[in-house]
Amino acid sequence: MLSKTEKELIVQIWEKLLPVAEDIGSEALLRMFITFPKTKTYFNHLDIGPGSQHLRCHGKKIIEALAEGARNISTLTTTLAHLSRFHAYQLRIHPTNFKLFNHCILVTLACKMGDHFTPAAHAAIDKFLSAFSAVLAEKFR
Amino acid sequence: MVEWSAAERKIVADVWGKISIDEIGPQALARLLIVYPWTQRYFGAFGDLSSAGAIMGNPKVSEHGKTVLGALDKAVKNLDDIKGLYAKLSKMHYEKLNVDPDNFRASYLLADCLSIVVATKFGSAFSPEVQATWQKLLSVVVAALTSKYF
Ligand code: HEM
Ligand code: HEM
Repeated sequence: MLSKTEKELIVQIWEKLLPVAEDIGSEALLRMFITFPKTKTYFNHLDIGPGSQHLRCHGKKIIEALAEGARNISTLTTTLAHLSRFHAYQLRIHPTNFKLFNHCILVTLACKMGDHFTPAAHAAIDKFLSAFSAVLAEKFR
Repeated sequence: MVEWSAAERKIVADVWGKISIDEIGPQALARLLIVYPWTQRYFGAFGDLSSAGAIMGNPKVSEHGKTVLGALDKAVKNLDDIKGLYAKLSKMHYEKLNVDPDNFRASYLLADCLSIVVATKFGSAFSPEVQATWQKLLSVVVAALTSKYF
């Protein structure tokens, strides 16, 4: 369960990152592809090399989706219904991949925020990402 | 047998050379206990773990964080036989923590926390390529540590 302070912290962090959504999102994706190469298989149809147009554009979409989720944290299931159906039925992403991606998002934030990525911020964002990806993977069950 | 390329060996040595065991060890263990509070059950003997502040100020947490990184130091210096090196340590964790199969998962969580603490220190120097090699090291360490469970 997220406390009120945690919810505020989460919204604050994503709002601050929105202007650099492309950088953050594409870096997190690139980290996932390089560190956990099997995740690339879902993106075979796309050019996802470092700096590619698609990597940047997709990275931006992801961060925007996360920021929107943060603003609607009490209604995640309905807010993300479309994304959830898409990842489960169309893309058929295996749930373990979400853990790998979440870790890469956390590492990206840690690199960007340095000491500002405190244990409290880390805990709040980790909980948020788990809740978010639980919704994305939920249609499997 | 795990194979390490010359480039990977260099990355491991570079990263490790910049890590202060006394600083990073306590922070990584503190994050495990703060971000994943259920892991606290293994550390009942450590005293006050009731808040993030208490955990970060707890000398036993600091001490144990240094101990864990001390074990990692040995792994870095014996990349070619981490499994043999950790046989006794694995047995000890198995016997001490066997109660809950989730302790297996907790080792991954500790590894994740360690990576994140390193990322906060290194910033952009913790590039995707560095992260990939670092992750390989931690995966080998966790596999060796949990080998007695199977
Ligand atoms: C926090 C986790 C995630 C978020 C917020 C997220 C968000 C998104 C968004 C917003 C889209 C675009 C949907 C559209 O165009 O309508 C998308 C597409 C996609 N996602 Fe995810 N996603 C996440 C995790 C993952 C994971 C873990 C994988 C696989 C490893 C993945 C694979 C894909 C693929 C293959 C596409 C389609 C790309 C394309 O063809 O353009 N996603 N995701
Ligand atoms: C990367 C993973 C880990 C490494 C390298 C590691 C290393 C160590 C080392 C070197 C010791 C001291 C052994 C001795 O006294 O001879 C130890 C003790 C211990 N470890 Fe781990 N450990 C790891 C993961 C974990 C995890 C995930 C847990 C539980 C959630 C855990 C719980 C303990 C406990 C309870 C002790 C005994 C502490 C005491 O009472 O002094 N360890 N570990």
